[in-house]
Amino acid sequence: MGYFALLLGTDIVFGEHMSADYLPLGLQAPDPFELYNKNKEMVLLNDRPLNMEAQAHLLDDDITPESKMFIRNNGLVPENIKPLTWTLTIDGESVRKKKTYTLEELKSKFKHHTYQLTLECGGNGRSEFDPPAKGNQWTIGAVHCAEWTGVRLRDVLEDAGVKNDAVYIGYHAIDEHLSHDPDKEPISRGCPMSKAFQDETLLAFQMNGKDIPLAHGFPLRLVAGGWPASVSGKWINRISIRNKVHDGTKMKGSAYRVPCEPVAPGKKVKDENMCIIESMPVKSLITYPKTGAMLSKGKSLKIRGHAWAGESEVTKMEYSIDFGATWKSCRLSEPANRLAWQHFDAEIRFPKSGYYEIWAKATDAEGTAQPMVLPGWNPKGYLNNACHRIAVKIK
Amino acid sequence: MEPTTQSNEEERARNRIYSLINVVVALAFILSAAVLIALILRPGFFTEQPSSAIAETEPIDRDLIENGIHVRTGLIDAEGLMTVVNNCTNCHSAKLLTQNRMSADRWNETILWMQQTQNLWELGSNQEVIVNYLVTNYPPKKKGRRMILSDIEWYELED
Repeated sequence: MGYFALLLGTDIVFGEHMSADYLPLGLQAPDPFELYNKNKEMVLLNDRPLNMEAQAHLLDDDITPESKMFIRNNGLVPENIKPLTWTLTIDGESVRKKKTYTLEELKSKFKHHTYQLTLECGGNGRSEFDPPAKGNQWTIGAVHCAEWTGVRLRDVLEDAGVKNDAVYIGYHAIDEHLSHDPDKEPISRGCPMSKAFQDETLLAFQMNGKDIPLAHGFPLRLVAGGWPASVSGKWINRISIRNKVHDGTKMKGSAYRVPCEPVAPGKKVKDENMCIIESMPVKSLITYPKTGAMLSKGKSLKIRGHAWAGESEVTKMEYSIDFGATWKSCRLSEPANRLAWQHFDAEIRFPKSGYYEIWAKATDAEGTAQPMVLPGWNPKGYLNNACHRIAVKIK
Repeated sequence: MEPTTQSNEEERARNRIYSLINVVVALAFILSAAVLIALILRPGFFTEQPSSAIAETEPIDRDLIENGIHVRTGLIDAEGLMTVVNNCTNCHSAKLLTQNRMSADRWNETILWMQQTQNLWELGSNQEVIVNYLVTNYPPKKKGRRMILSDIEWYELED
């Protein structure tokens, strides 16, 4: 009892009535929904490490609010972050001169830019693969498009100086490994220089006009839209300019890599035959109505949602109410900027009463469309961009 | 209607109202007396947090099983449960186990990966107990190339 009192920093009144194996509320894991301002309809996949996804209908906003953004953590959410003393160091084999910036220096020295950027977890849709793929069983909700404000990574890298032999950047962050081993990084990924140098690749310090929420990378996050969201490292304090492909945690083996050549479901693939995922594939979500809508015969149904295509852009959006036999066009908006998701809507009339599924199919600028069934199997179940389906009944 | 009956009824109604007022006044008196007594006995009665609430909350029994489920972890109560709890829920929660449906071979590979890279200790003879528990209680499900839509919550769509 005295031990608990010490931990809580206060005496426990009536503590003598407390059962010996009872853990006081103040010492139990706090509710992640409250702690991270999440909508109660978000789905908790794992509480340690914390992983939480949205449902399709929660993602109806054009710009995703904090409360409906998925959380994907590999390690533990850091505590006691001090933004005033926070620094970012640029180092690595290919930096001209190792340089350290305070957060204030980053903000005052470099021009600010704001972009809406689509971030989708590489494993979004993993739950559908057969044989099952290892990892958090994301369904469809590990995607969001928020508005990020920060400085261009390119501007900072060029300020420190980039040698001609630079190949890749790798990020490092302060989050703790699940085993609490200080020598282990939960995740340290990155991207080739070409992606690092894009206009839209940011070192962001704001999300949706405010400081970035803790669970999403406060006070500094690398944001690389259109690529697996694991490239967009949270709680960043160091970026290494590498003269080779970055070899940090989750850059090797089957992590964020897929077979370079297609394989049969369940096949074992050697490490040397796995390739790093770069752009995410074309995909879309019907965000209104929520699946399960019942309406009376003769009424039309207005649907809407978002579509995105990794590095590319969506050029065509279609829906089907007959299991893909025929397709009709949706109205499709231009992206707010490159790498932002686009919005679509359509008005549907149903020929007779009964059970329908509405399927949504986006096509990108290269003419590549979403598949109706699962795309190629891979050991970790990445890149499932099979068409989104909702169920509707006409009475 | 006769005037006498009417005045009788009015009188009865007045009496009912008077007795109601009496009850309300009496209740108010008792309540304020209770507040006074409470404040005299414990001056912070209404401002202090009810710290006794901690002791009144349902305690978490670390080994409690309800409806065949180990309450603390959500794992199915079956042979090998506590071996799994003690070896597999220290770094990550049990949700990572129950989400994943793998064969014995792939669990063994995963254990090896955790030992080589994630600081998992040698499991010895417990490894077989753990893998048997997982493949028995959380077997892989056949999903094919695309599942039918299920678990739909039907609702009337308002305009």
